[in-house]
Amino acid sequence: MRQQQRSSRGHGEAERAGADLRSRRLGRVRLRRRLGAVALHTLIAGVAVLFLVPFYWMVTSALKDTSQIFAQPIQWWPTPARWDNFTRALSYPGYPFLRFVWNSAFYAGSVSLGTVLSSAVVGYGFACLRFPGRDLLFGLTVSTMLIPGIVLFIPTFVLFKHLGLLGTYAPLIGPAFMGNAFFIFLLRQFFRGLPRELADAARIDGAGEFRLFWQVMLPLARPPLLVAAILSFMWTWHEFFAPLVYLADRGQYPLSLGLFAFRAQHATEWGLLMAAATLATLPLVGIFGFAQRYILGGITLTGLKG
Amino acid sequence: MPLMPGQRADRGALRRREARTGLLFVLPWLLSLLIFTACPVLAAFYLSFTEYNVVQPPRWVGLQNYRTMLTADPAFWISVKNTAAYTLLAVPLGLVGSLALALLLNLRVRGLGVYRTLVYLPALAPPVASTIIFICMFDSEGGLINAALRQVGLPALGWLNDPTWSKPALVLMSLWGLGAGALIFLAGLQEIPQALLEAATMDGAGPWLRFRHITLPLLTPVILFNLVIGVIGSFHVFTPALVSGGTTGKPLESTLMLMVHIYRHAFRYFAMGYASALAVVLFLAVLMATWAIFRSARAWLYEVGDDRRG
Repeated sequence: MRQQQRSSRGHGEAERAGADLRSRRLGRVRLRRRLGAVALHTLIAGVAVLFLVPFYWMVTSALKDTSQIFAQPIQWWPTPARWDNFTRALSYPGYPFLRFVWNSAFYAGSVSLGTVLSSAVVGYGFACLRFPGRDLLFGLTVSTMLIPGIVLFIPTFVLFKHLGLLGTYAPLIGPAFMGNAFFIFLLRQFFRGLPRELADAARIDGAGEFRLFWQVMLPLARPPLLVAAILSFMWTWHEFFAPLVYLADRGQYPLSLGLFAFRAQHATEWGLLMAAATLATLPLVGIFGFAQRYILGGITLTGLKG
Repeated sequence: MPLMPGQRADRGALRRREARTGLLFVLPWLLSLLIFTACPVLAAFYLSFTEYNVVQPPRWVGLQNYRTMLTADPAFWISVKNTAAYTLLAVPLGLVGSLALALLLNLRVRGLGVYRTLVYLPALAPPVASTIIFICMFDSEGGLINAALRQVGLPALGWLNDPTWSKPALVLMSLWGLGAGALIFLAGLQEIPQALLEAATMDGAGPWLRFRHITLPLLTPVILFNLVIGVIGSFHVFTPALVSGGTTGKPLESTLMLMVHIYRHAFRYFAMGYASALAVVLFLAVLMATWAIFRSARAWLYEVGDDRRG
């Protein structure tokens, strides 16, 4: 449009004056636009900072004593920094935090491994093998996701109680090795997207169904398997309800439960609590750091909340 | 091409073998469906008509548990009201907040990746840890939030120590995690065809009109998804309520949520029959709410081709 204007204008002085005016006007527009961009950036950065405040407060409070945490006016920086909050949290009598970290890693790692392995096998079965009643069973699988966990939880608890497995990790980990509806759904969608010719070619080459799955399909599924592994690790690391119900002995507690128990007994040791909360969050931030692409991709792909 | 008899038998055998392998692949899950889903659902309904303390065998009491709930357990009604109030606050605020955040992130500013990460970070903190952080910041004496309010000349509030402010405090806590919902909205926003928005701009539509008549309608499926997930999640709110208010919903039962009430009866009093009845009620509430949302979505869910009608 601007070019059209320019070509329809006259020559000489008139044009130079016009160009001058235009460039000035353009400059003003550009300035306004730049101011707008600055304002926008400030707004977005402000919102992002707001989201970070609780994290900042957690980490800095982990280095403060209680009077610094609740100082008026706000004391934004810990002076002096109390590093011993961390060492005290890690060696607090009766609360073996390193043990909690290990328990969490073991719990989340086992559930993640079991979930991924079993859900891949089952998802592949639903996606690529034909058997009677398959679609009905898959529909049933998806619809179970609507049942509130607590409805299933009470009778399952009774079952494990009768099996004498209360106070062990078996009820927390065992079921994961038999598949998880959500990840079965996720992985089935992936396997369905693979070309059928691929499987047929391997079959013609004489590969049995299990070798086909293990040596051809599974390696192809590495990205969605990684998404499933990370998400289920993270969710298990966060899990609070099931360990709270099933575990009795403090030496078995995962971090969530250890943190909860510690707060119940020492509600005023804020520096220690924040140090412990930092320790409980840090490993996931670390994992997120190197697998961010997969996690964010997984969340937007599947359209689900972390 | 007609198959030779031998080939047909071959193909039948092949199909049978595939079916066998297929069933073998899904077998673990079929067992899990049976042991950890089908039987527990039936058992939960059965137990809800019994009195059962796990030690003695269940005793059939008919509708007694449901009668108790409706007429003789004031804490049940308190927990229902608390959960409803929490849902009515947390879900709309969460939806509007995450949509606003997504629109902001969708303005194609530089450093989008960094902002996306920052906004998602709160979802990484274990719920117990994030609740503890917020209990510290909400402290009614010298907590960060009251200190900030005082510094700008506003009155300090009681937050988690005050029955009127404890639920809003829990809602604010939940809003810290709205980044995950915002990312889902952002993915939806990025699928809206640019050409549509540009055409509307050419026709002289300002930002508001474009949002109201293009962005919002095309986003309704994502809104529906986030709404359903949000409502179901709020009905199940447990960890923040238990960590901050304990099993009694301190202060003054103001944070006693339905899930906390169920937990208390099932795993503190071992009243499994009554707890099962409560769980069944929660199940029905979830089903009804989901049904109502999908039903209402018929009126506001935009589907391609809707314009022809209007």
